[in-house]
Amino acid sequence: MNEDPPLDYPGYKSTALRAPRNERIELPLGPTELTAPKFGESRLGGIDNDLTRQHDGEPLGERIIVHGRVVEEDGRPVPDTLVEVWQCNAAGRYRHVGDQHPAPLDPNFTGLGRTITGADGGFRFITIKPGAYPWGNHHNAWRPAHIHFSLLGRTFTQRLVTQMYFPGDPLFFQDPIFNSVRDERARALMISAFDLDNTSPEWALAYKWDIVLRQTPFEDA
Amino acid sequence: MLTPSQTVGPFFSICLPWSDGPHVVEEHTEGAITLFGYVLDGEGAPVPDAVVETWQAGPDGSFGPDFRGFGRAPTHGNGRWEITTVKPGRVDDRQAPHIDVSVLARGLLNRVITRIYFADEAEANAADPVLAALTDGQRGTLIAGPDHRFDIHLQGPDETVFFRL
Repeated sequence: MNEDPPLDYPGYKSTALRAPRNERIELPLGPTELTAPKFGESRLGGIDNDLTRQHDGEPLGERIIVHGRVVEEDGRPVPDTLVEVWQCNAAGRYRHVGDQHPAPLDPNFTGLGRTITGADGGFRFITIKPGAYPWGNHHNAWRPAHIHFSLLGRTFTQRLVTQMYFPGDPLFFQDPIFNSVRDERARALMISAFDLDNTSPEWALAYKWDIVLRQTPFEDA
Repeated sequence: MLTPSQTVGPFFSICLPWSDGPHVVEEHTEGAITLFGYVLDGEGAPVPDAVVETWQAGPDGSFGPDFRGFGRAPTHGNGRWEITTVKPGRVDDRQAPHIDVSVLARGLLNRVITRIYFADEAEANAADPVLAALTDGQRGTLIAGPDHRFDIHLQGPDETVFFRL
């Protein structure tokens, strides 16, 4: 079941002039839709899955491990697929010229990571917990803490860009981007789970988040 | 149930642009073309914070490991994107040469999907089953100009045809 948000969602103001108005037309799935680029390690561009080791010092903030599996709807793993992540720092500031939030930049944090899923669809990032930050969507609007994820998948149909959230965030109720997903169970799929078993004692808390992509018609794994 | 989509937001340029993203092929490749265009909003204003991604077969119509097939180009301040590639071959007996396109942007809660066809393929385009299901006006939004310009109108009177999969 596909519970993607509607494109036209007035609560998120930037949709007003950007969301298409016409009904989308069904595209029959052919060879182009059932294939996807396959990139190996060379595509990582010198970036890896550890966002805390890209500078001379360690970034400030709460060190965390974010891990999980990329699977299809029936649980079959999606191996060898590129996963790209980006996020703000612990103070809620992105290293981006467009981010004017008066919170400090961290010279030791860029907020960019890449990895390729293993044979079991598994991925793992080491990073710091991103902060909440205000945005101008409505009065006193704040984004819940989140990490952006981009996945190519193994077919064009599986391409996904989404955001991973943290359990129990008090900001969920007022966030139109999170709530643009209308089904409560689908919203829950965007929230990672605190994972004590994979916490690294004396070092980092862990959060587990599985990503479920659309089924491909392939028989083999 | 699938993990839902969320917007790419305004700050994806930390991560998504690759130095060679717009180069499906090297510039000096035989037959290389520059596909380009503008991403525009419902008032015709440029969308400077979008990413256009392309996926296509190689010139022989196949999707083998020898052809990258994938392009990724963020839009510039004036909404312009460009990708260096070669024209795809036909992927089956019925479809005209085409490139699948995803557009991601702040304000788009999910990617929007369209297709680029080529003006110099009139005969193949006329027989293409996807184009055949559209009105003349709709079809026109999917055919790049002879100079390979392909504008993407997210909204408005010239709204591009977008697909669901």
